[in-house]
Amino acid sequence: MRAFAALLRRDIVLSFRSGGGAGLGAGFFVLIIVLAPLGLGPEQSLLQSAAPGLIWIAALLATLLGLERVIEPDLQDGTLDLLRLSSLPLELVVLAKVVAHWLTNGLVICLLAPLVAPILFLKPQALWVLALSLLLGTPGLSFIGTAGAALSAGVRRGGMLLALIVLPLNIPALIFGASAVSAIQRGGDPTQALLLLAALSLIAAVIASLAGAAALRLNED
Amino acid sequence: MLHYANPQHFLSLARRLTPWLLGAALLLLAVGVYLALFVAPPDYQQGEASRIMYVHVPAAWMSMFVYGCMAAASVAAFVFKHPLGDVAAKAAAPAGAVFTALALVTGMLWGKPMWGAWWVWDARLTSVLILFFLYIAYIALWDAIEEPARAARMARILCLVGAVNIPIIHFSVDWWNTLHQGSTVFRMDGPKMPVSMLTPLLIMAIAYTVLFAGLLLVRMRTEILARRLRTLRLNLEGAPA
Amino acid sequence: MRVAAENVGCVRGDRLVFRGLNFDVESGQALLLTGPNGSGKTTLLRVIAGLLAATIGRLRFLNDDRSALSDEAHDQALHFVSHGDAVRSALSVKETLRFHADVLGAEGARVAGAMKEWGIDRLNDQPGALLSAGQRRRVSLARLSLQLRPLWLLDEPLVALDRNARARLHDCCAQHRARGGLIVAASHEPFLEDAKMLDLGSHA
Repeated sequence: MRAFAALLRRDIVLSFRSGGGAGLGAGFFVLIIVLAPLGLGPEQSLLQSAAPGLIWIAALLATLLGLERVIEPDLQDGTLDLLRLSSLPLELVVLAKVVAHWLTNGLVICLLAPLVAPILFLKPQALWVLALSLLLGTPGLSFIGTAGAALSAGVRRGGMLLALIVLPLNIPALIFGASAVSAIQRGGDPTQALLLLAALSLIAAVIASLAGAAALRLNED
Repeated sequence: MLHYANPQHFLSLARRLTPWLLGAALLLLAVGVYLALFVAPPDYQQGEASRIMYVHVPAAWMSMFVYGCMAAASVAAFVFKHPLGDVAAKAAAPAGAVFTALALVTGMLWGKPMWGAWWVWDARLTSVLILFFLYIAYIALWDAIEEPARAARMARILCLVGAVNIPIIHFSVDWWNTLHQGSTVFRMDGPKMPVSMLTPLLIMAIAYTVLFAGLLLVRMRTEILARRLRTLRLNLEGAPA
Repeated sequence: MRVAAENVGCVRGDRLVFRGLNFDVESGQALLLTGPNGSGKTTLLRVIAGLLAATIGRLRFLNDDRSALSDEAHDQALHFVSHGDAVRSALSVKETLRFHADVLGAEGARVAGAMKEWGIDRLNDQPGALLSAGQRRRVSLARLSLQLRPLWLLDEPLVALDRNARARLHDCCAQHRARGGLIVAASHEPFLEDAKMLDLGSHA
């Protein structure tokens, strides 16, 4: 457990200190949301109905941003060897990486989203559903993303490959997340979508821990 | 069966089987296309355009079937650590991607007279599109990793992750579709179809499957031989002068 | 402890790296791997570390009572200092070694001593980005002093080290062997006294 805590702490510290970390993902997220009215026009009803989807797409892309730095540097500089030789199971190595990525990326997005959503005229009663949907959904994005990072580590054009692997797998999260927010905005019930989103994150946790650990173990063998 | 797990035995078996499979596929395709174009009646609602179905539906089936084969091969490679599993999965992927692309393109061609648009966000088409992305990601992963053994191990994992996710993606897309569209625009009534339409459809499906088997063997042979060549060349270069 | 290889061979990416390797190293002994670039010194070290599987042959790790080590005990019994120095530019020397100590399961209190031993105690809060190649090397060698482990695997440990650090490494290795430790090192220079030699160039 000490190794787990140490890895978690180190990854968080690293993502705050070096580029490509916490601030960058958040900034990118806000930027996409600010760009949307410039592309779509300032019409309130259009932006309002597009807001749930736009915000979720922004979250999807912003999550992608830091992933390239999650596994790749450790593979390059030999830290991964140390981790593989440590008593910490690789599933927990993956978990520590996921938690660090989520805390510095997904969580920040969850907190920012309700603040910037009014730019797109999202209805006030939808704000808490938006925050909740992101809170339930972004851990799944971090899990799938970290597994993708483990699969594409040590590969040329790794970033491109990472996006290609991760984005299709995250489509269900996009669907349920955006639907939940749309539903409440249109006066419907977001419960079902939110529950499905939570289930999705749980499934992602299981699949990604196994796949990520297998990828780290088999990356060289 | 174990006998043919040996690459050498497999190569000779594949060499002998390939012409038969490809020949049978051509024959079945010819019969299927003839029945589909000249014998089967036009659909009373959709008219002649419905004949695209005989190309489209089997291609859509194959897009799923091939991924299933790849997943099975990947599991075999994981469990038995047999290189033929990886080779089979790698060889199947481009064929699967082509079937998927064929399903998409014919789906669009069919959509134009049916819905009056080249593309409609129909649940089935959308799922097939996402499946196509999964194929592309799988092929790209093989392509990006230079060392074949390592690429094989990573591709196995990705293939299985994809296989677990396909039902989830299907479910979510269906859910999304019913949410936004209410009722599906077009629904194919499988069992209620008359025999004169069902027969060519089944023949085409069998033809596709046999064609896939033939192409798979050709590609697996090529892959095995290419790897051997690579090994020979590497060891030649690596040998002390 | 004892490490014995029987007819070990390794194929990497379809290329035969080496084959027919036999060696036997016991407590207090050292094995020096030599051979031209690309002859598989690093590969062999990774195989011994358990990071790579040997394609053929067998490696045996035995306790002093001749019983075999479990996989877990094997991982806990070795230090691996590879080309990758595991020094991240945004972390200070102290933070890096604390992290290494936590991952190894070593006492955190030993970090200061290890830094002193390797002459990097003045670099305490220096971020990795500002370290020279030799200093980074010292940081990764300082791992050896964080925890007593019987088997040291050193990949080109002399690279970038100045005369002081070389002397330091030399003394450390001698001490380690006197304590009953084993060393397997890849190097182009014979820096270990009366070490067994293994020329990988002749095993392709």
